Amino acid sequence: MYKIESKNVDFFYGPSQALKNINIAIKPNTVTALIGPSGCGKSTYLRLFNRMNDLIDNTRISGQVLIDNEDIYAKGINVDSLRKKVGMVFQKPNPFPKTIFENVAYGLRVNGISDKKFIEERVETSIKQVALWEEVKDKLKKPAFELSGGQQQRLCIARALAIQPSIILMDEPTSALDPISTAKIEALIYELKSKYTIVIVTHNMQQAGRVSDTTAFFYMGELIEHGNTKTIFTNPKIERTQNYITGRFG
Amino acid sequence: MSHLDSELQQLKAETIKMWTLVNNQLRKGKEALINLDKDLAREVILSERRVNAYELKLDRDCENIFALFNPVAVDLRCVLAVLKINNNLERTGDIVEGIAKFVTNVDHNFDKQVLEITRAVEMYEAAINMMDDVLDAFDKENTAIARKVFLQDELLDDINLKANAAIAGYIRSNPENIESALYLLSIIRKLERVGDQAKNMAEEIIFYIEAKVLKHRSKVEKQKNN
Repeated sequence: MYKIESKNVDFFYGPSQALKNINIAIKPNTVTALIGPSGCGKSTYLRLFNRMNDLIDNTRISGQVLIDNEDIYAKGINVDSLRKKVGMVFQKPNPFPKTIFENVAYGLRVNGISDKKFIEERVETSIKQVALWEEVKDKLKKPAFELSGGQQQRLCIARALAIQPSIILMDEPTSALDPISTAKIEALIYELKSKYTIVIVTHNMQQAGRVSDTTAFFYMGELIEHGNTKTIFTNPKIERTQNYITGRFG
Repeated sequence: MSHLDSELQQLKAETIKMWTLVNNQLRKGKEALINLDKDLAREVILSERRVNAYELKLDRDCENIFALFNPVAVDLRCVLAVLKINNNLERTGDIVEGIAKFVTNVDHNFDKQVLEITRAVEMYEAAINMMDDVLDAFDKENTAIARKVFLQDELLDDINLKANAAIAGYIRSNPENIESALYLLSIIRKLERVGDQAKNMAEEIIFYIEAKVLKHRSKVEKQKNN
C-alpha cells in the first residue's frame, strides 16, 4: 500500500505544460527527494499533494493524485481536511507575527480546538519533536521573530506537526540556513520519518543523498528517473541523471 | 571542463605514472632474474621507495577529492577504484621488490633447465602482459581489455600449480642447485600474486566504468560482458 501515488499526472500553467505524465508511488514512512534544475517542475509537483497549486489562477491538472488511496482531486474532496493531513514547510522560515507559543497553537485554534490544557500539551509535544523545546521553553511568550533563522524553521515544522499530519512536504527547507541549522533540520527529517511520510524538494545533491530513501529526478516537466537514493547516487540508470548529479548538466 | 573533471583527470594521470613505474620495475625484475643482474635488482629495490611515495600521494589526492568535491555516481566510482588500484599497485611494487631481493641473494645464475621446466620466464612475461593490459584498460577506460586479464591469469595459476612437482623433480636430479631452485619457486609464488593484483585491478576498472561488482565471482562470470 502506497501513501502517495500519482498516475499519469499532467499539469498546466495556462497553455504551458509544467508536468508531463508523472507516475510515482511513495511508500509510507519514507523520505522522497525531488531534484532537478530550476523550472523542472519539482516544486509544482510537490504542491500538488496539498493542492497548493489551486491558489494559482488558470492552472489545470489531469491524471490522478492518490493519498491513502483516495483521489485528492476528485469532486467533493474537502481541501481543508486534506491540508490537515498534508503539512508543508517552505524555503524561508515564515513564522506568523505572533509569540512562539501562538505560532504552534495557531493551527489548532483555527481548527476549532479551544481546550487550553490540550493546546498547551500539543504545543509542547510539537516543539519537543523538533528538538527546540530546551531552547525556547523559557520564552514561549516572546515573538517568534526573535528566534534565529534555523530556530524559526524548526518552529515552522513544529507548527506543521501540531495538527498531526501524516505527510510533510518540504520545499527547499534549508536553503536559507547555515550548516549547523541545516544539520539540525536533516537530523529532524531522519527522526520524523518514523511517524510521517516526507517529500522534500532540494537543490543540494548531498542533502538529497543524506536524508532521502528514494530520489526522483525531474527535467523539463518530465520524471527522468525515480529510484533508491543509494542507486541514484552511485549508479544512476539514465545518463541525464548522472550528468545532473555529477554537475555536468547542460 | 569542471574543476572536479580536471581533478579526476589529474588523479588518473598520477595513477598511470605510478602504474608505469611499477610495470617498469616488473620488467627490470625479469631482466635481473634472467641475467642474474644484481645491480639491476638493487635498482628495483631502491626505487620501491618511489612507489611508496606515489601511494601516499594518491591516497591524499583521493581523500581531498572526497572531502572537497563529494563525488557521486561515475565520479565516486572512479575515486574509489583509484584508491583500491593504488593499494594493488603498492603491493605489486612490494612483490617485485621481493623478487629482486631473491635475485640479490642467489649465488649463481639460475640453471636454464630449471627455468625451462618450471616455465618461469613464460609466467613472468604473462604477468607483465597482464599488468600492461590492465593499465591500457584503465587508460582507455576499456572494460573489454580489462576482461582479457581474467583469462590470462589462468596461465599463471596453471604454471604455479605445476611448479612444486617441477622443482621437486629438478632438485632430486640436481641437489647441488637446491637453494636457487627454492628461490625460483618463491619467485613463481610471487608472480602468481602479481596476477592476482592485476585481476583485482581489472575488477576495479569494470566497477568504475560499468558499476558491476565482480569480486568473488567465478572466472566464467567475470569474463562475461553482463
